[in-house]
Amino acid sequence: MIPLTLADVIYWFNALFTAEGLAGVVFLCMMATVVAGAVFAVTSARLIRSVTGLALCFIGVAGIYYFLNSPFVALMEILIYVGAVCITISFAIMLAEPRQEDQGGRKNAMLWPMSAGAAVLLFWGLTMLAGKAQWPAIPTRINNGSLEDVGISLLTTYSMVFELISLVLLVAIIGSIVLARAGRSKT
Amino acid sequence: MNLLNLYNFLEMYLVIGAFLFAIGFYGLLQRRSLVGMLIAAELILAGASVNFMAFNRFVAPDPTVGQIFTLFIMGIAAAEAAIALSIVIAVYRNYKSIDAEDLAELKG
Repeated sequence: MIPLTLADVIYWFNALFTAEGLAGVVFLCMMATVVAGAVFAVTSARLIRSVTGLALCFIGVAGIYYFLNSPFVALMEILIYVGAVCITISFAIMLAEPRQEDQGGRKNAMLWPMSAGAAVLLFWGLTMLAGKAQWPAIPTRINNGSLEDVGISLLTTYSMVFELISLVLLVAIIGSIVLARAGRSKT
Repeated sequence: MNLLNLYNFLEMYLVIGAFLFAIGFYGLLQRRSLVGMLIAAELILAGASVNFMAFNRFVAPDPTVGQIFTLFIMGIAAAEAAIALSIVIAVYRNYKSIDAEDLAELKG
């Protein structure tokens, strides 16, 4: 790998400028976006910066959904997470106005090495598990997973769940209004 | 396994999902403010969604199931964010702080 000959350079150049090669480059960029955004969201000391990192991470996740043959879910990811959840979180940061100096980690100094160790252990274990497991081969598909098929099975097989989640969202809207209004009338 | 066709392997997506889950777990334990913990919880949910979508693409006989599951995870996550943020605002009104360690009124 290290002593690159001219033939190697030409091989990589030709592999890069095909449709598959450029798709691979875009995939690597999306992975880098996810990793950078997630690290930024978790480690930055100010909350408004970590919301920005979260939005960046979700844009990368939307790109990964695009690679998984579901452009509809990718668009929904950008619409719901980047467009709604991140904006709501930044509104809450503006309303709750946390102190600027100590938004970082916890006061207990032992906690962050322990949680970092636990997270590294979890990541290592899950990665090893994913590498070792034997996944079954691709079975024959009963449809091709397009938006039309998603709509059909939302309104036939999953219609009960569809109704239930609208109920959940209604309860969430009313509950958040009640919770956020509760203290206002007293003072 | 070439570097440029990593997107054709199920394991790569599982590694991304595991990374999002692990870093969200770290943030949930390590963050002090309630909003920071909520951001970490959103990362954990994103890791779960990536896993569902990867299995949907590579091993599922019906490729709509994973997409529908991911859409429902998005709905639940939006409801969770709305409720959690209104709790944060209610907590801020009573305690003038969104620090998780200040919420110790019931401590003996």
